[in-house]
Amino acid sequence: MSKTINLTLKVWRQPGSEAKGAFETYQAKDISTDMSFLEMLDVVNERLSVEGKDPIAFDHDCREGICGMCGSVVNGVPHGPQKATTLCQLHMRHFADRDTLVIEPWRSRAFKVIKDLAVDRSAFDQLIQTGGYISANTGAVPEANAILISQETAELAMDAAACIGCGACVAACPNASAMLFVGAKVSQLALLPQGRPEAAKRVQAMIRKMDELGFGACSNEAECEAVCPKEISITNIARLNRELIKAAFGSPF
Amino acid sequence: MKLDAKVPGGPLPEKWDKHRFELKLVNPANKKKYEIIVVGTGLAGGSASASLAELGYNVKTFCIQDSPRRAHSIAAQGGINAAKNYTNDGDSVWRLFYDTVKGGDFRSREANVYRLAQLSVNIIDQCVAQGVPFARDYGGLLANRSFGGAQVSRTFYARGQTGQQLLLGAYSAMMRQVANGKVKMFPRREMLDLVMVDGRARGIVVRNLITGEIECHAAHAVVMATGGYGNAFFLSTNAMGSNVTAAWRVHKKGALFANPCFTQIHPTCIPVHGDYQSKLTLMSESLRNDGRVWVPKKKGDKRSPDSIPESERFYYLEERYPSFGNLVPRDVASRNAKNVCDMGMGVSDTGLAVYLDFADAIKRDGRDTIHKKYGNLFQMYERIVGQNPYETPMMIYPAIHYAMGGLWVDYNLMSTIPGLFVLGEANFSDHGANRLGASALMQGLNDGYFVIPYTVGGYLAGMPLGEVKDSHPAFKDAVQEISTQVTKLLSIKGKRTVDDFHRELGRILWEYCGMARNEAGLLKAKQMIPELRQQFWENVTVTGSSGEFNQTLERAGRVADFLEFGELMLNDALNRKESCGCHYNEAYQTEDHEAKRDDENYCYVAAWEFQGVGKEPVLHKEPLAFENVHLATRSYK
Repeated sequence: MSKTINLTLKVWRQPGSEAKGAFETYQAKDISTDMSFLEMLDVVNERLSVEGKDPIAFDHDCREGICGMCGSVVNGVPHGPQKATTLCQLHMRHFADRDTLVIEPWRSRAFKVIKDLAVDRSAFDQLIQTGGYISANTGAVPEANAILISQETAELAMDAAACIGCGACVAACPNASAMLFVGAKVSQLALLPQGRPEAAKRVQAMIRKMDELGFGACSNEAECEAVCPKEISITNIARLNRELIKAAFGSPF
Repeated sequence: MKLDAKVPGGPLPEKWDKHRFELKLVNPANKKKYEIIVVGTGLAGGSASASLAELGYNVKTFCIQDSPRRAHSIAAQGGINAAKNYTNDGDSVWRLFYDTVKGGDFRSREANVYRLAQLSVNIIDQCVAQGVPFARDYGGLLANRSFGGAQVSRTFYARGQTGQQLLLGAYSAMMRQVANGKVKMFPRREMLDLVMVDGRARGIVVRNLITGEIECHAAHAVVMATGGYGNAFFLSTNAMGSNVTAAWRVHKKGALFANPCFTQIHPTCIPVHGDYQSKLTLMSESLRNDGRVWVPKKKGDKRSPDSIPESERFYYLEERYPSFGNLVPRDVASRNAKNVCDMGMGVSDTGLAVYLDFADAIKRDGRDTIHKKYGNLFQMYERIVGQNPYETPMMIYPAIHYAMGGLWVDYNLMSTIPGLFVLGEANFSDHGANRLGASALMQGLNDGYFVIPYTVGGYLAGMPLGEVKDSHPAFKDAVQEISTQVTKLLSIKGKRTVDDFHRELGRILWEYCGMARNEAGLLKAKQMIPELRQQFWENVTVTGSSGEFNQTLERAGRVADFLEFGELMLNDALNRKESCGCHYNEAYQTEDHEAKRDDENYCYVAAWEFQGVGKEPVLHKEPLAFENVHLATRSYK
């Protein structure tokens, strides 16, 4: 049954990427426990707007946990306390009356803050541009069932492909590494026969780019897996490392 | 204005081949001399950007999200249709074509739909080659399921995330072209106007959503794939950012808007539970393959579902439609849910919900099997509602989902503005008055991968276009107009928030232009919307400034456009004095309360021409000729 709770929010406010930020305190009163976390922020923002104050900027779009656009650190945990759940799907029934919530943006050298809780994740697009694809021009492809893929392989590829590119893995990692994101894409495409021809080139290029963009290295903390809303496994990082070693040995240079 | 759909002659199955041959080609060496703008990066925009770039055109692609991978195609769950007939159950291009025309209640254009069915098979090939991990059978072949009112299994799927996987396929193909230097990507940009020179689309004006700067971009052709207008209703299954702004602004520039009253209401969504609610969540209708829909027979029955005996349950879809049962098309399923709730049999605190019950399926197939099929959907439901669907039936209710109407396009997907092409949900052409499940993904990719690369070429090769730079005076006028509007929005400093106005508009449209319509209600809404629009321009509050990341300002511009667009929906609904597909006018129904079409008078596309805000638009009719299918009464009994 729904009830209402009162919360204290400590929210990171930062007017622009170059400006200095600080925490501001807001009272979120009469919050229905049936609300999603973002609906709670909507309510706070509506009240701020009526008072003529600047609402809290945060990214969001589909609000069904699939677009990957939302995400903030809530009480130190990316996407908040519920496992396998994006911020938009986190509901207020998981909080208690008079809780204090500290809400911050993703923090990483590669993700610059745009405003308040909104960050620039275009580094992820740049990673995909360096090899997160199979080179198959429109039209130049074989009949779909000409490529047989065992159910097991298809399922493993799908597990990796489920990544929504939200960046929580980077936010959770003490090194701000993008290894889970890159590992998931490398794995999906390395598992499938269609992706094999470019597998070696792909993994090398993506790792090089990851370093270049200011992401850290992986030191097996596994924080990324713990916060991933799609439960992408770190076995994908292991697979990436195997691909990288294979690529090194297979290299003609 | 005479609407010429430019449908090629000859027998239906040969039209597209013939047309492709007749379209002029751009010399490979010349393609690099052309700039093409693509707005939107969903399935249609993403696939179009990639395919056009592969051909050698210079593509500039724009999206409002932080990354092109976020477009709302990503949220499609169920699957994508293709006439592969892998299951040997009687499918064919002709059957997919026929099902789609019939499903659309004979209000779509035959030639476009046939082409869609024909090309559907190529789409699957393309996606598999890109590494889309479709579900597979034990032998490694692709798996299929039946979906949303189809009697054959022609739907390909990737768990409950088909849209995501197809979109990431198109996105990665596009990213490859970004790396190649053939696509220039502009994220966090909102198209606010179309620029025309000599009567042709020659560029767009966008607002940079981070800096607030108004930017001008010139091109030889503009391709819009900006999605649907379902958010006019405030609550819908669309993403929060989905809007009608780009489409509405080109409409104001002269592009005709077709069938705006055709809005699909999806039957299996999580019911509304509070005023603060920001959106509605769809549960894939694949759930209807195994879930049974029912309500208690007794009105206002407050007992828990498990204590209501079988004999006191009303399985209304199974009883009313014995041959299709729970799998009737979306419009029929939605209307029946409303009907039983109107009769007082609805469940939940609001009385606006029906049960979708998996108890029998779990008993028959076992919990594991059901988990395998729907695990992620059950989890999603539990996360939102806090109830476990393995133990207690889900509660569902219809919600606004998809816009069948959109900008009018001809067979080449070109609007009434030369050089402006419209793809995917943003156009009107393929789904008639009701879209079948798993057909939106098919259409988006079809338009982007396989239609636009040919038809844009045909347009560009057909006529010499002079040079237009973004310093052309036409851009200055557009920038001026946008700046004026932005300044005005910021200067009102009223008392009501943007969302507050949006919510009220949504309530009006849902009440009077939703699942059932009547003349009196539509006329009443036609009074209310201009009043609301006036209040908006007098009393809205938009904080902040124009030269910054300002999400309230973004929303204000979109709601301002919805407030104008809503009136067009009403005009279209008022004009169509029949019931067809999603457009159910209570005055036109059969004895069984089914939609009653009037083929003699309304077998046409209603394409509206803008005359000014608050002025009556002018109607242009494109008669629909059905030469290959018999105009039958749609029956799922």
